[in-house]
Amino acid sequence: MGGEELMRTRSATVLVVLLLLLAGCSSGGRTDGGPITLRFQSLAWQQESVTANKELVKEWNASHPDIKVEYVQGSWDSVHDQLLTSFEGGEAPDIVHDASDDLADFAYGGYLADLTRLLPARLRSDIPESGWETTTFGDGVYGVPFLQEPRVLIANADRLRAAEVRIPTPEHPWSWAEFRQAAKRLSGPGRYGVAWPLKEPVSATLNLSLSAGGRLFHRGADGKVTVRFTAGDAVVPRTVHDQVAVDHSAPASTLGSGGSDTLPGFFGGRYAMVPLGFSYRQQIAQQAPEGFRWEVLPAPAGADGLTQGVSPQTLSVSADCPHKKEAVAFIDFLLWPENMVRLALGDWMLPTGTEALKDPALHTTENGWATGTALAARLRPAPAQSVRGYPEWKDKVATPAYQEYYSGAIGLAELRRRLEGDGNLVLARYQR
Amino acid sequence: MRTRRAARAGQYAALLGYLLFLAFPLLWLLSTALKSPRELGSLHPTWIPRHPTLANVRQAFAEQPLAHAALNSLVVALCTAVVAVLIATPMAYVMARHRSRLTRAATAWVVVSQAFPFVLVIIPLFLVLKNLRLIDSLTGLVLVYVVWALPFALWMLTGHVRAVPAELEEAAAVDGAGRLRTLVSVTAPLLAPGIAATALFAFVTAWNEFFFALVLLKSPQRQTLPVILTHFIGAEGVADLGPLAAAAFLATLPSVAVFALVQRRITGGLLAGAVKS
Repeated sequence: MGGEELMRTRSATVLVVLLLLLAGCSSGGRTDGGPITLRFQSLAWQQESVTANKELVKEWNASHPDIKVEYVQGSWDSVHDQLLTSFEGGEAPDIVHDASDDLADFAYGGYLADLTRLLPARLRSDIPESGWETTTFGDGVYGVPFLQEPRVLIANADRLRAAEVRIPTPEHPWSWAEFRQAAKRLSGPGRYGVAWPLKEPVSATLNLSLSAGGRLFHRGADGKVTVRFTAGDAVVPRTVHDQVAVDHSAPASTLGSGGSDTLPGFFGGRYAMVPLGFSYRQQIAQQAPEGFRWEVLPAPAGADGLTQGVSPQTLSVSADCPHKKEAVAFIDFLLWPENMVRLALGDWMLPTGTEALKDPALHTTENGWATGTALAARLRPAPAQSVRGYPEWKDKVATPAYQEYYSGAIGLAELRRRLEGDGNLVLARYQR
Repeated sequence: MRTRRAARAGQYAALLGYLLFLAFPLLWLLSTALKSPRELGSLHPTWIPRHPTLANVRQAFAEQPLAHAALNSLVVALCTAVVAVLIATPMAYVMARHRSRLTRAATAWVVVSQAFPFVLVIIPLFLVLKNLRLIDSLTGLVLVYVVWALPFALWMLTGHVRAVPAELEEAAAVDGAGRLRTLVSVTAPLLAPGIAATALFAFVTAWNEFFFALVLLKSPQRQTLPVILTHFIGAEGVADLGPLAAAAFLATLPSVAVFALVQRRITGGLLAGAVKS
């Protein structure tokens, strides 16, 4: 065999292998006819939660042979871009799991079905109006809020007892001033009373500020929203700032950290308390050293009590879904009180449904469930949720302003000037 | 003499430091993969796990279809590498050997095409693939990866072709070799390191790519490894760190293996002695 011939044979072999590989890559065809198939994209990621979701889908499919639900595992990472592309391309899942603070663009863009006339009365009345407000955009309801989490204080129980501070409860919470005093008493050489993980300072600050009556965003008679930084809006930022810069009861080093980053310091005794989302308890239960005693305390209360802002997880139906009624029927099944409890326990979060909230499993003191459940009635929509231009205001104005204020680089007056002055210029562009 | 030795020692020390710097993320990943959740929450992390465990590896495989996703990734990455090289090699030859306004314009276009970010092209691309019925298909993904890898592969290979002295091809012609014979017997072997490097680049690009795979593949059984890895990550960046590290560490191994296989080709220095100076 000559050199050229050999080379030709080799090239032909490579091409054949390539064609075979590509043939192996091809997707299978779709089957037409038969039962209706709905694609449900779930963002559940913790093992218990994924199991609960898959079990519920299996139970639905067993009892509804004519409406088959296909479980598709999605990911919180890049979910907005993934959904936007799928919506634009007309290939979106029929039932979409997301969070209420991500829905505005999709709702106003016409990608989601208005569920107002499709929701069964049972589901509608089971979830309080404050829950529905998080998924109402304009005149329509574009999702069903089903899981939510308040921010709580996770505390080192032994340090609390040793410092002899009053232990707050949902009935008798700390005021912000008491919280500041308690953090001071819990501090010592090389030890801090509290560690604030404020990688996302804006949502944490705004949601907690509702307790002190801070609303920041005010809608005028003309429907336009402006930023006004009132005394209520200053309570939480000032507390954090003073703990870091004046009392030194909170370290500056965690201000740029995520919640998980503070846990080693919490377990190691460096921090006595960490304000975290309620679902972090799962990570704490898993990682806490043997013998480490921790407990869940309510976040401090202000003029408006224990009120807090939240952005619940939601289930929506794609506007392109040809079987919206069936999709809503599946959502209704998924959110029956006992099923909602299973989902909540799997995600270590609180259900939005009033019936589900009565379940004894959510009232046990183990892992702080009872404390969180007691806060459920005080949860309100996150203040900025329906404000057009909020993402840009947050990224360009509020995040750097809060970060600089918390680190001591600027004062309260400058924070106010930036949030109001620079912020209103940004919002005005969206409201012409 | 002493100065030269000191300089050599300094060079080796710098090289060692650089190697450690490069290996650090991989070693830390391995260390994390072998730690229990409690050890991961320790205030004083250690390089060597105090109680090494394979529980994270077991959990990662139990929770997600890692092996199947790895097979999908492997098929996609191999196809991308082969197709990209098959297309880029003849194009690069033409662009390097036959310089004209057209080839200069093509080179400029190749450079400009690198400037388009993913997010800018994803929706039009999605619609094009949908019309071709290539959504949720590994073939469609290969097509996208080839298109995405091609400009840089072309640019890389053009440089390699230019480095092959044209005099060698002229000498073969003088000796009576035909055009095809010259290309196959003289140019192609000398291009082998460049082709290997280009294939490696295309392979690694396709192996690691996340966003296109996330958007274009819907069915769980077609998802690639980078997409499956994100299933260990929850809202606000909270992650199941142990299984994530175990899966991520295993995901780096094929790239390392492919690199080990072709690196000798890349660094072989086949041009050495080709032309008398």
